[in-house]
Amino acid sequence: MRAAVIVFPGSNCDRDMAVALKAAGADVTMVWHKDANLPDGVDLVAVPGGFSFGDYLRCGAIAAQSPICKAVVGHAERGGYVLGVCNGFQVLTETGLLPGALMRNANLKFICKTVDLKVETSASAFTEGYNAGDMVGYPVAHHDGNYTTDEATLSALKDEDRIAFTYSDNPNGSVADIAGVLSSNRRVLGMMPHPERAVDQGHGGTDGQALFRGLLGQFANA
Amino acid sequence: MKARVHVMLKNGVLDPQGEAVRHALGSLGFDGVEGVRQGKVIELDLAEGTTDATINEMCEKLLANTVIESYQVEVL
Repeated sequence: MRAAVIVFPGSNCDRDMAVALKAAGADVTMVWHKDANLPDGVDLVAVPGGFSFGDYLRCGAIAAQSPICKAVVGHAERGGYVLGVCNGFQVLTETGLLPGALMRNANLKFICKTVDLKVETSASAFTEGYNAGDMVGYPVAHHDGNYTTDEATLSALKDEDRIAFTYSDNPNGSVADIAGVLSSNRRVLGMMPHPERAVDQGHGGTDGQALFRGLLGQFANA
Repeated sequence: MKARVHVMLKNGVLDPQGEAVRHALGSLGFDGVEGVRQGKVIELDLAEGTTDATINEMCEKLLANTVIESYQVEVL
């Protein structure tokens, strides 16, 4: 599988993401935000965590307007896979690839700890390495992870089985305890917790490995 | 010409920062502050003749996230 990791000024999880993807067997290229095109033959685009453009205006708002994001939207519209983690999730909501928005945490604090998540669906390339109902521990590190959406969108997310992960003990006030959501074609996943920070014993846990291995498995079978 | 854009969270969207400000005002002894909503003001210095439609497009595309925010444009 060929993966591209997007790098914005202020990205700080780009290298971790690349390491996690390589460990799972992907061929990874780093792509600067000013590039207008993705490398040929890219299967997965990963939008990493960090503080792109200093979180100016709104988290992810400026990054979503960068030249490479137009290419990322095109890639998604052609049915390509996109994974957005933390600031990457914020960027994907700002581009409109995923519904909803991420607001300031309800307790106003920056939260940095490992949280327990429930895998809500295994019906996606990202979560097929888990069983629905599995509990996993991923780190979170964010100030603006309070997922919000209107009632109609929330109902659609539930009805279409597009909630990928929920918090077992909601740290940030997200509606319906949502930690990650899928696009309608199930090929775009955005999530606040960091699977790429849970892929090595040195991280304190390896629960994220199944996400990357599951994703790579899709392409091995294809 | 100048325009001022007011961006506010939509009614019904909980504003945690506004709530914190309300609590702080209460603890300073200001009684009767029943609600605080925090938004932002963006001032634009624009070429003469910039149309309202263009300013609204700026708001829709970037200045406000219309999933959670509403905006008002004031041409000065």
